[in-house]
Amino acid sequence: MRVALMVTCVNDAMFPGTGQAVVRLLRRLGVEVDFPQAQTCCGQPMVNTGYLDEAVPAVRSFVRAFEGYDAIVTPSGSCAGSARHQHQLVAARSGDAGLAAAVAETSPRTHELTEFIVDVLGRTDVGAYFPHSVTYHPTCHSLRMLGVGDRPRQLLENVRGLRLVDLPKAEECCGFGGTFALKNSDTSVAMGSDKARHVRETGAEVLVAGDNSCLMHIGGVLDRGRSGVRVMHLAEILASTEEQPA
Amino acid sequence: MSTPHTFVGMPRFPEAARAALADTQLRHNLAHATGVIRGKRAAVVAEVENWEELRLAGAAVKERALLGLDAQLVQLEESLTARGAVVHWARDAEEANRIVIDVARAHAVDEVVKVKSMVTQEIGLNEALEASGIAAWETDLAELIVQLGGDLPSHILVPAIHRNRAEIRDVFRRRMGQVGRPAPDDLTDEPAVLAGAAREHLREKFLRARMAVSGANFAVADSGTLVVVESEGNGRMCLTLPEVLVSIVGIEKVVPTWAELDPLLRLLPRSSTGERMNPYTSTWTGITPGDGPQEVHVVLLDNGRTRALADEVGRQALRCIRCSACLNVCPVYERTGGHAYGSVYPGPIGAILNPLLKGTGDPQTDSLPYASSLCGACFEACPVRIDIPEVLVHLRSKVVDSHRDDRVPKPEAVAFRGAAWAFADARRLDRAERLSSVAGRVLRRRGRTSLGRLPGPGGAWTDARDLPVPPAESFRDWWKRTDGGRCDG
Repeated sequence: MRVALMVTCVNDAMFPGTGQAVVRLLRRLGVEVDFPQAQTCCGQPMVNTGYLDEAVPAVRSFVRAFEGYDAIVTPSGSCAGSARHQHQLVAARSGDAGLAAAVAETSPRTHELTEFIVDVLGRTDVGAYFPHSVTYHPTCHSLRMLGVGDRPRQLLENVRGLRLVDLPKAEECCGFGGTFALKNSDTSVAMGSDKARHVRETGAEVLVAGDNSCLMHIGGVLDRGRSGVRVMHLAEILASTEEQPA
Repeated sequence: MSTPHTFVGMPRFPEAARAALADTQLRHNLAHATGVIRGKRAAVVAEVENWEELRLAGAAVKERALLGLDAQLVQLEESLTARGAVVHWARDAEEANRIVIDVARAHAVDEVVKVKSMVTQEIGLNEALEASGIAAWETDLAELIVQLGGDLPSHILVPAIHRNRAEIRDVFRRRMGQVGRPAPDDLTDEPAVLAGAAREHLREKFLRARMAVSGANFAVADSGTLVVVESEGNGRMCLTLPEVLVSIVGIEKVVPTWAELDPLLRLLPRSSTGERMNPYTSTWTGITPGDGPQEVHVVLLDNGRTRALADEVGRQALRCIRCSACLNVCPVYERTGGHAYGSVYPGPIGAILNPLLKGTGDPQTDSLPYASSLCGACFEACPVRIDIPEVLVHLRSKVVDSHRDDRVPKPEAVAFRGAAWAFADARRLDRAERLSSVAGRVLRRRGRTSLGRLPGPGGAWTDARDLPVPPAESFRDWWKRTDGGRCDG
């Protein structure tokens, strides 16, 4: 099986540690991933702000980078959702039948990381070690767009040393929402403050989620309040071992 | 009556939301009220085993009605006429209001009692009647609170959701006496006592009024039956006591057959009030001699609905049965309340319905599709499966497209064109990331882990949130340098 890592533009530019964790984790699970250099962005920021024409070049880059792979794995529920549910829309807008055909190939092969580990690799214990108290925020697009369900929890529950604490009102949006965070920053921050308050109520040391963009927002609110809570991508916890702790 | 406030001239959503977010009483009232309704809804939905099938059935009924709307409406008119009702067609608010005023004048009435109705709010009927010297009395408890308070509705189902009981007591004491039976001197803020005062106040109006105005939850084409679903019994009073009844019905309210009301009447109460069944369901079919109103008018209203129907993605919004489940689960609505949306249709459904009915071009309306984090909670709760996030994204693209020919493009449009250029070719993206890495290395060497206040649009982020300093190396450069971590020193 040829597996490609779609690292996402946000992780590429801002959180390379998450991409490195995915590579380490999958290698430990016996999967050598490729990193197709032609990849850029899934196009979601443009689509979700209404710039469909501007999303076309990103989707072209996507299919060019990932065509021919059996599986495309990404540490982002949101970007996986974009590839699976929005690329067809962008291709239709472009009026390019070739692009639509290429998208029909890549879309269904795109997996969010926990879907890939649990469904494709059939693993719920990845041999991770992380001796900290952790609370988990299910991001909206993984929860409601992809329907990853309890896969992330199954994986976390099998991490040795990890104490999982329930997050109150976990399924409520954190308020990131892409350009919503800028266009409606007051509302976004109001939602983020409530999410941060719930995180602090748990007393957990670490907030974990499957999307660094949401974590950048919640973490931004937590850090501005000097809360002392660390935010981490799920991949980094799953990659953590006794020999190489995160 | 004092002149009610209007939504005309409301600022764009971000500005209106900023003011609402600062209203601590509003925040508290809304968080409490939406939390209670969410809990009730979740409990009664969970006990229906085939809820998903029911949603599909409800959506299918409405879809069938909308796809053949022209034929359905003609059949509805025939059925209504055959049963003695007078059918009117209104293209817009002005025509609809004119029809109601003409009926009132023909009967020389100077007051009407009203059943709670969104469509009459939409067309500003009360204001139009008032301008013609006709008083319109709202008889739904929450609508009464809003009307007496000179306030605006902020929720589809619970229009006074932004008010708590202490505020309601104050409104009743100040205002009831000016328009009818005053509130008793010993009025407390106990819900039962407040409801008792409203009952006494309204009874006088029910018994006196000769004309009523209603909307309809459903209009059945094959039988000519109108349906009103309510909780308080005030609707039943209005629909049975007066001599003349005028019902204003949006053309999307059509249901093809009586039998197809079934899934809709099961979906609606559980989704709206969180009840298994609503207390009052009134159905009437034209005129019944010797029983109830002997003159029945039905105004079939377009007011933008055919515009919405012409939108292939957006037309699903016309399936809406006005349950407000999407409002109650919306994290944006819960914090800003309904007034920030500048319309009688607030919340997620308002954010799509208003632009669909009105079209693009007005800055306030154009701000509504962006009033969402696209979290998807609304779609999950919608009993007729309106994919609100999908329509929001679609409407955003219509807003953007309407500006494509601007002589001076907005900074945002320039930024996205730049992004499109960079994302077209990974080498361009790599160069941008290297610049950011240089900045990251410099800042990190100086011991910085987060950026301070950014100028320009970035300030919208950093005013309230930290932002990490960029890494010293992008992922793609790390991959190239280390061969994917295989030779990482």
